[in-house]
Amino acid sequence: MDSKDQYINDISEIKNIMERSSRFISLSGLSGVFAGLYALVGAWLVFDRMYSTEGFIYSRAFKYTYSSDIVFMLSVAIGVLVLAIATGIFFTTRKARKEERKIWDNTTKRLLVNLLIPLITGGIICLILLDKNQYLMVPPATLVFYGLGLVNASHHTFRDIRYLGITQIALGLIAFMYLGYGLLFWAIGFGIMHIIYGASMYFKYEK
Amino acid sequence: MKNPIEKLDKAFENRVRLGVMSALMANEFMDFNSLKELLNVTDGNLASHLKALENAEYISMQKEFIGRKPNTKYKATKVGRNAFGKHLEALEELIKNNN
Repeated sequence: MDSKDQYINDISEIKNIMERSSRFISLSGLSGVFAGLYALVGAWLVFDRMYSTEGFIYSRAFKYTYSSDIVFMLSVAIGVLVLAIATGIFFTTRKARKEERKIWDNTTKRLLVNLLIPLITGGIICLILLDKNQYLMVPPATLVFYGLGLVNASHHTFRDIRYLGITQIALGLIAFMYLGYGLLFWAIGFGIMHIIYGASMYFKYEK
Repeated sequence: MKNPIEKLDKAFENRVRLGVMSALMANEFMDFNSLKELLNVTDGNLASHLKALENAEYISMQKEFIGRKPNTKYKATKVGRNAFGKHLEALEELIKNNN
């Protein structure tokens, strides 16, 4: 027997076990694609209601802002979030079952805790901003904190999530500089980036 | 020069023991059932290899209760981590020198 092959085999076995035991790899890329689609539909609904279509394609000027509009935007955002999470759970459970892995183990718990710490912090900050009528700050803040959550959680899953997180943080920071274009950056970050990364992960790991 | 094969740790010759140690390097703690599922081995097989690693003082064991169910957690000791590191170095050296 070729002993060199044996040693290479040992090393790859070690790597494989370390990965499997410490990373959550049932995350399905399709959940990203669908989350992105929902976000684009949501952004379009808000755009359609809130922005003047006269003049520029994307006009900064709100036609009017009523408190009912704020409620409308929040409802759309929450609707997008709930749908995205539900679809994510569906595809990820399906992938886990196909690969005969447990969906709920220590790696899942660590992934969620690390994702939720920045995410809940960001959520509370957004509520404070809303309370102080700083509506324009909310979309950039959601992008930045979501990005931080992803980077923080990425140690426990695919590497791609780290780059998605960094992309969201960068978009959020740019959006802070161009307040008023929040919806556009929001659509790029939560919509287009989710679709791109989700599709790339799907073809990389699930095809 | 010393033959690098001699630097390989006998404790890790066995697949199960190598697997247990790899998992404990990547995780702070692992419980018995997670290890069993991860490595796809029987209770008895896993228990005997865990005992061997424990006797070598490469891993330590901690018993606790979750509700009424006993739960045994394993952890790599400092000695074990060093030994595993040396074993990896020896493997790498063997692969390089065998070209």
